[in-house]
Amino acid sequence: MSTKKQLRIALKNCGVIDPENIEEYIARDGYMAMANILTDMTPEDVIDELKKSGLRGRGGGGFPTGLKLELARKNQGKKKYIVCNADEGDPGAFMDRSILEGDPHAVLEAMAICGYAVGASNGYIYIRAEYPLAIERLKIALKQAYKLGLIGKNILGSSFSFDIEMKYGAGAFVCGEETALINSIEGNRGEPHFKPPYPAEKGLWNMPTTVNNVETLANIPTIFNMGAAKFAKIGTKTSKGTKVFALAGNVNKVGLVEVPMGTTLREIVFDIGGGITDGKGFKAVQTGGPSGGCIPAQFLDVPIDYESLKEIGSMMGSGGMIIMDENTCMVDIAKYYLEFTTDESCGKCTACRIGNKRLYEILQKITDGTGTEEDLVKLKELGEIIKDTSLCGLGQSAPNPVLSTMKYFYDEYEAHVKDKTCPAGICSSLTKYEIVKDKCIGCTLCAKACPAACIIGKVREPHVIDQDKCIKCGACYKACKFDAITKS
Amino acid sequence: MKEVNITINDIKVSVPENYTVLEAAREVDIEIPTLCHLNLHDLKAVNRSASCRVCVVEVEGRGPLSPSCSTYVSEGMVIRTNTPRAVKARRTMVELLLSDHPKDCLTCEKNQHCDLQRLAADLGVREIEYVGEQSTYEQDNSSYSIFRNLDKCVLCRRCETMCNEIQTCGILSGMDRGFETVVGPAFGLPMIDTMCTFCGQCVAVCPTAALTEISNVRQVWDAINDPEKFVVVQTAPAVRVALGEEFGMEPGTIVTGKMAAALRRMGFDRIFDTDFAADLTIIEEASELIHRVKHGGRLPILTSCCPAWVKFFEHQFPDLLDIPSTCKSPHEMFGAIVKTYYAEKFNIDPKKMVVVSVMPCLAKKYEAARPELGSDGMQNVDYVISTREAAKMIKEAGINFVNLPDEDFDNPLGESTGASIIFGATGGVIEAALRTACDWLTGESLEEIDYHQLRGLEGIREGSVKIGDKEFKIGIAHGLGNARKLLEDIRAGKTEYHAIEIMACPGGCIGGGGQPYHQGDSEIIKKRAAAIYREDMGKTKRKSHENVNVMKLYDEYLGEHYGEKAHKLLHTKYQKRELI
Repeated sequence: MSTKKQLRIALKNCGVIDPENIEEYIARDGYMAMANILTDMTPEDVIDELKKSGLRGRGGGGFPTGLKLELARKNQGKKKYIVCNADEGDPGAFMDRSILEGDPHAVLEAMAICGYAVGASNGYIYIRAEYPLAIERLKIALKQAYKLGLIGKNILGSSFSFDIEMKYGAGAFVCGEETALINSIEGNRGEPHFKPPYPAEKGLWNMPTTVNNVETLANIPTIFNMGAAKFAKIGTKTSKGTKVFALAGNVNKVGLVEVPMGTTLREIVFDIGGGITDGKGFKAVQTGGPSGGCIPAQFLDVPIDYESLKEIGSMMGSGGMIIMDENTCMVDIAKYYLEFTTDESCGKCTACRIGNKRLYEILQKITDGTGTEEDLVKLKELGEIIKDTSLCGLGQSAPNPVLSTMKYFYDEYEAHVKDKTCPAGICSSLTKYEIVKDKCIGCTLCAKACPAACIIGKVREPHVIDQDKCIKCGACYKACKFDAITKS
Repeated sequence: MKEVNITINDIKVSVPENYTVLEAAREVDIEIPTLCHLNLHDLKAVNRSASCRVCVVEVEGRGPLSPSCSTYVSEGMVIRTNTPRAVKARRTMVELLLSDHPKDCLTCEKNQHCDLQRLAADLGVREIEYVGEQSTYEQDNSSYSIFRNLDKCVLCRRCETMCNEIQTCGILSGMDRGFETVVGPAFGLPMIDTMCTFCGQCVAVCPTAALTEISNVRQVWDAINDPEKFVVVQTAPAVRVALGEEFGMEPGTIVTGKMAAALRRMGFDRIFDTDFAADLTIIEEASELIHRVKHGGRLPILTSCCPAWVKFFEHQFPDLLDIPSTCKSPHEMFGAIVKTYYAEKFNIDPKKMVVVSVMPCLAKKYEAARPELGSDGMQNVDYVISTREAAKMIKEAGINFVNLPDEDFDNPLGESTGASIIFGATGGVIEAALRTACDWLTGESLEEIDYHQLRGLEGIREGSVKIGDKEFKIGIAHGLGNARKLLEDIRAGKTEYHAIEIMACPGGCIGGGGQPYHQGDSEIIKKRAAAIYREDMGKTKRKSHENVNVMKLYDEYLGEHYGEKAHKLLHTKYQKRELI
């Protein structure tokens, strides 16, 4: 992947150091930020510096990290907690896993810095159990850090003590939502509760708690090493630093990229990602994970940050970026994402539990060819109400793929509903395969390939597809060597 | 409490800062519809899951709509409750709930008592715009008490709050995800295989018919209509102060006489009073207490009238099984006496007798089926119907309840004292026991018998009573969460109580799981309690040992108090049960 236009802060050590060797981390200024802070800075200084850096949460919400720490510092509590949210669940996104596997000490160091800033002496890493290597490396890192006195009692001889424990998530997507995550650590059902109270007031075991995402934490040591002012020079007016994106889909080079905030989608997709596979045309990019929105070509030159993505109907999310080519059916894509969020809904609130299910069912109708124009009205109306009424971020953003595709690709919805066709030829119910009599030489390849045995005809005579039995799998279309089968 | 200034629908108002938007709106007579919300102030039971999203309102400066039940007011807050946006969202939530709900209102158990039905009517929902898959689940009628029909569950989680936070039983919790989310016992176990106490508080707060009682109405009608059967009915003290509500009467109306008349018209052969057996319970329990005190037995003694409480300690405190009194609950004592003493006295074949209990309670249904509470192939009590079921039967029989004349119970098992009536309210059993124990221990007939310090709705109460030169320390808990606290203290050896009364339901039997639905209004429970004490005050005899027919029962049949025959008929034993 092209390194031009990339800037590594969160990923700076990934692939560079041996993550199982603390000395290699230390050799790259590891634990230096913490050491300087413990000797020279007050907790208030730490918070000020983070505020100056302009760092915002990389997990989706984009809340200013310094402010988050300040709130937890100000709130009274017998104990306070720092939680690292490593419950990465967006399909295709793996930046947190890469950081934990490649640079685990950066996360531990950052947690200790946050602990010092808010006055917490305990930290939890909530990590999904499906990340065995990341768990293993974190365990090794923790052991090494404890051994050297970099985590634990009286760190570096100071009066500051900080312990870190790991908790494993069972793979529920909604546990990435901070209140659900806290419930899960406490041993309760992983479902969100209404905020306020925010974790900074009443978090883990009702104590002031700061929950930060892995990528956010990975930025923190570097911010102190390079200086907040320098960090704040990277990025846009409202979004500072870099963002890691997980590039996937119909793009030539897939994988993680880290770019300064304000980089355009065109730069990411074409300059870094090498453009669309098979030389096809670009259709849309879906950002922000399953509940983000689909962005069409007209916005390829928008410098992306938290605000601009929101303005064009999507969001930063955790940084998933799925590229779609011209052969993608946008209705089908919206249905695909909604199926994911519907499955992963915790089921607590009506809007998300039943609302998103109904939204999905309407999309199902449309892709089945039985949708009506009235359904399109309902789809939009219901989607907007769900956004407005759901309890947590999952429900509030679940309709985004539907609403954004309706906004930018309404003609495709209309084609499904009015013309009963799928322009991309993806929705099987709306696709018809036919054999052109004049072109068919009766080679029988199509009949052999058909899993439904619905192609009839004698050898060397034109064949016919029994439309009633056809399951629209397209096997015949691929098998025919004479272009005798049409798809419409 | 500091006050904050807010504006709701252009009305400026100052409210305490710990108010929710919903509470603030009600201060200025603005109604915001709710569904999942439940706040039984006096019982400190609040469900604030904010899950139904029906009460959403617009709060200026906040992005999405806010649930008024869980949004706290803040200085300068500007709220709008009835904008097209909020109203539309609210209606859509109800429509969505209805889209996943059976439309069998006409034949539904909760017809006209259903919060969802009322909400749909209030919001004028006349059609359901969104249709789609409807959830179907296996119905659970495994227990004798609680029927679960999750097709009707709206995921309000009130039952969970009751079961987990108030009762600390933890039987019900959310399971699975998305559209398949459901509330139930761990591993999808049937209720009968869990440590559910069948207190029925989940049923009491369920807004729909997802949780209802297992009905025994048909069996009771069949028994009444069977000429071979001699059907005896008994009524618990808490029923007479609540039954009237089912007929539109004010909460707290005492309907003892009308109830007796109605039961007689329904065709029961004898109309008796569980209160008779409550007096009997006091004789036995007070004797047991005095016996323990005199012979160095284990203290404190714990009351055992409440079957949910009994099942609770069998599961949760099996190491303390020797503390509760061995007395059967009053209606079980009654059943035992009817099928022996009464049957013999009036020459009736006990095998042909059917004993029906009208109870404020659902756990009594389970209790009646416990194998140890019966003998010679007969259960002490054959059927238990709740206050609600009794009302249904009265309506089915075409009886104009409100206009009925007052009638008396039949004798001899219809006599009762004021002491037995107060069994229905939290603290009543222990007060009744004290009235008798004090007289017996002092050898006098004391006139000061109103133990006000033991009354009220505080979850855990204590008091001390001087009897002669001895100070008796009394503890009272209602609600199983409070009971657990007391029991844990006992287990840790931290308390010095002599006697403790425990009732599983908040408020005692008047707040039982079989009572008319209070729809979240705890004032109703307070009014029932007041009626109980009014009925007690109206009695000339207010001490159990003054019940002439109870004393006659000992003379003619049982012999000495707490004696051998009494043990055989009126006492029981407990067993260790699994924690699941």
